[in-house]
Amino acid sequence: MSHAADLHAAHVPIATRRSATGIPTARLAVWWVLASEIVIFGGLIGSYVMLRLHHPHWAEEAAHTNTLAGAFNTFVLLTSSLAAVLAHQAAEAHDGPRAARFLGGTILGGLVFLLVKGFEWSNEIAHGFTIFRDVFWSYYYVACGLHGLHVIAGMVIMAIVAADARRGRNLHRVELIGIYWHFVDAVWIFLFPLFYIAK
Amino acid sequence: MSSHDHAATTPGHPSYVRIYLVLLALLGVSLLGPTLEIPLVTLITAFGIAVVKATMVAAYFMHLNIEERYVWYILLLMLGFMLVMFAGIAPDVMLPAGQNWLHLPIEPPAPPAHP
Amino acid sequence: MSLPATAHDVGLSHEARSFWSRYVFSTDHKVIGLQYMFTGMVMALIGGFMAYVFRMQLAFPDQVVPLYGLVTAREYNALVTNHGSIMIFWVAMPVLIAGLGNFLIPLMIGCDDMVFPRLNRLSYQIFFVSAVILLLSLAAPGGGFGGAWTAYPPLSASAQYNHTPWGAPLWLLAVALEFVAFLLGGINFTVTVMNARAPGMTAMRIPIVVWMIVIASLVFMASVGPLVAGAVMLLLDQVVGTRFYDPKAGGDPLLWQHLFWFFGHPEVYVVLLPATGVVAEIITVFARKKLFAYKTILGTSIATGIISFFVWAHHQFVAGIDPRMAHLFTITTLLISIPLAEMMFAFIATLYGGSIELATPMLWALAFIAEFLIGGVTGIFLGANATDIYFHDTYFVVAHFHYTFFPIAIIATFAAITYWFPKMFGRRLNETLGQWHFWGTIVSFNAIFIPLFLTGAAGQHRRIYSYESFPQLSTPWLNQLAVLATVALIVLLIFQVIFLANFFWSMRRGEPVGANPWNANTLEWSAPSPPPHGNFATMPTVYRGPYEYGVPDRELDYWPQHVPS
Repeated sequence: MSHAADLHAAHVPIATRRSATGIPTARLAVWWVLASEIVIFGGLIGSYVMLRLHHPHWAEEAAHTNTLAGAFNTFVLLTSSLAAVLAHQAAEAHDGPRAARFLGGTILGGLVFLLVKGFEWSNEIAHGFTIFRDVFWSYYYVACGLHGLHVIAGMVIMAIVAADARRGRNLHRVELIGIYWHFVDAVWIFLFPLFYIAK
Repeated sequence: MSSHDHAATTPGHPSYVRIYLVLLALLGVSLLGPTLEIPLVTLITAFGIAVVKATMVAAYFMHLNIEERYVWYILLLMLGFMLVMFAGIAPDVMLPAGQNWLHLPIEPPAPPAHP
Repeated sequence: MSLPATAHDVGLSHEARSFWSRYVFSTDHKVIGLQYMFTGMVMALIGGFMAYVFRMQLAFPDQVVPLYGLVTAREYNALVTNHGSIMIFWVAMPVLIAGLGNFLIPLMIGCDDMVFPRLNRLSYQIFFVSAVILLLSLAAPGGGFGGAWTAYPPLSASAQYNHTPWGAPLWLLAVALEFVAFLLGGINFTVTVMNARAPGMTAMRIPIVVWMIVIASLVFMASVGPLVAGAVMLLLDQVVGTRFYDPKAGGDPLLWQHLFWFFGHPEVYVVLLPATGVVAEIITVFARKKLFAYKTILGTSIATGIISFFVWAHHQFVAGIDPRMAHLFTITTLLISIPLAEMMFAFIATLYGGSIELATPMLWALAFIAEFLIGGVTGIFLGANATDIYFHDTYFVVAHFHYTFFPIAIIATFAAITYWFPKMFGRRLNETLGQWHFWGTIVSFNAIFIPLFLTGAAGQHRRIYSYESFPQLSTPWLNQLAVLATVALIVLLIFQVIFLANFFWSMRRGEPVGANPWNANTLEWSAPSPPPHGNFATMPTVYRGPYEYGVPDRELDYWPQHVPS
């Protein structure tokens, strides 16, 4: 067998297991993902804020958003974040099934969030506040929609991570999906005053 | 809280439930702020508290408090770039008129008919 | 090497893998790097052909173009738009960052692969799909998008204006997918370099080209976010009918210009930095001298990356932006030339007193410095708002940015390919053909764009399909210059045949080389040529910086990073 074939045979992945910075590779990657997400949401929110300051009449449009539903959703997301961080705690204790249960709670939180959002949107559209009515509403639907897509993506990944965690596999991923989920929560923390409180 | 090998659950770390309760209390304040109907108070309770809440979530839930310090710097650098973007764009977007152009006056949309 | 029996079995099945799993769905960083490179080369040929077609239209208006036919005004717009998009997003980016980054980073920092090999494969697949969508958009009903690669609304926002109901959204979708691919790739590169370095590879021992690719990936990541948000809004404007960029509805077209250039200008440095990194590697090897001022070069590239976030609005001096802001952006734009000039001086200082060997890679590297200098100096006129108001959207601008982008995307790429070809394929390129190709390309390149500086200074506007409708811009002198540029372009394209022949012939028949044909120091030259899956027989440990050439009191004039002292 040639020398090259020997190399192939002996090959076990090395790069993935190195950690020159001291931060585990996967978590470091999640931080960079969040860094790239910050600028995406930052660009959207930044352009919304400057147009909002430019158009006084947007405040009247904003008066039609449902503050109570928004506040309830903030509460739901904060609670789901708590469940995610408790899942992380359970994963640290190598208790996979417990971590999976908490992650289930987080997914449930995401589901409630989306249901409330769906209720809000259908109500608003029924009353004529569609995406076409005004650029304010375009921003409202795009910002909340982009955030909602992040919620859905997080729920899907979390379901996969939870299924693994239940069997005690890949427990380090519980922390990673948690970090992402907290970030989605933090984005909502800013979207809430921007679209629901400032009237 | 039981003790584990990871620093996240060292005895010094504040209880997650307590952080959660503080976050809920802050949410309550941000809801009550606008009822005073003082614009400055609304601004502070809405956005000041949003910053505080997001920082708390980042520090305690995302464990940035025990993460390597430079992760903060990376994320804050990104926010810094967003401030640069805002500072560079806002003067033009918010300008009523520029060189050989002006913002058209916008008719606010009529209130929708309530069914 | 003693191996357990199971490992042998794995090795055998590994050897027996099919063509598909080996070259198409491989997770090996070298294969993915070459996939990016070959895709980029194919796209470069397509983009070059587009340039040929619209240059023919400009030189010989309204005549049948050989191999294409008659160019209509709408086709002309689509060709120019897609030429620009392809050359930047599907040639410069994949070859310089993704191709070289994938091939070089694990080899140069001494590990076996990227930290996320499957993510890496996914990023190439997304990139490939984006290229396919872009090419399909040219055949869509209504034709390909023709609103320039900057896609300013309202022209880009509504099919009512651009007449490409399919072309415009597909173009935007392709660009967006390309962004996703490079975000994934960039995160992979950054984490790999941060975490997977060989023992002893401290920050100040990382080869400059790796630093540059990482800085470029980070600049890309930080600048592209707002444009992603902006692209979502533009796509909704095009497809759904929202009015984010419609001033009548309270939107703002200037917002798009800002979001675009907030990305678009750093993007110039995203592709420039890896190119200068390649040049740094090559000149130090072929001057047999330590790279002058490693830390300064690193500092200047970080400074370039940061200042690049403060200069974007110099593209918009005539867009009606606030004149006070225009002054600020003029100052920052002129400032960014300082770190770049410093970097070029460091390169020249590296050459000073070196034993220079003018092999093909070195010729390309030196040409990069010379040609990029012209691009940089002519940029001063466009970065200063007073002169830009005259030069804006003339062929002067076109000539200027081709004097920056051609050195980046073509000259530095050829430098990299000729330098690393032995590592990629274990064989040497033919030197004579390489020199022919070099001189043919460089001379004809200058013959294309020096005339365009003149036509631009004379006032020829860059977005005109046929100058016959503009008698003042259609003088015999200007027409002769346009013909000269077009002929030079054809010569340039013909000379690429030499390169392609050399490339594919040498890939199979070239003179075989050992691990380190250039006597270079960096770690990739300690692996076999071509490196097997897993790269190194034993994982290297690093003992010194990458540029220890001509160290006194040493027998050899180079001192590889992995050799213990």
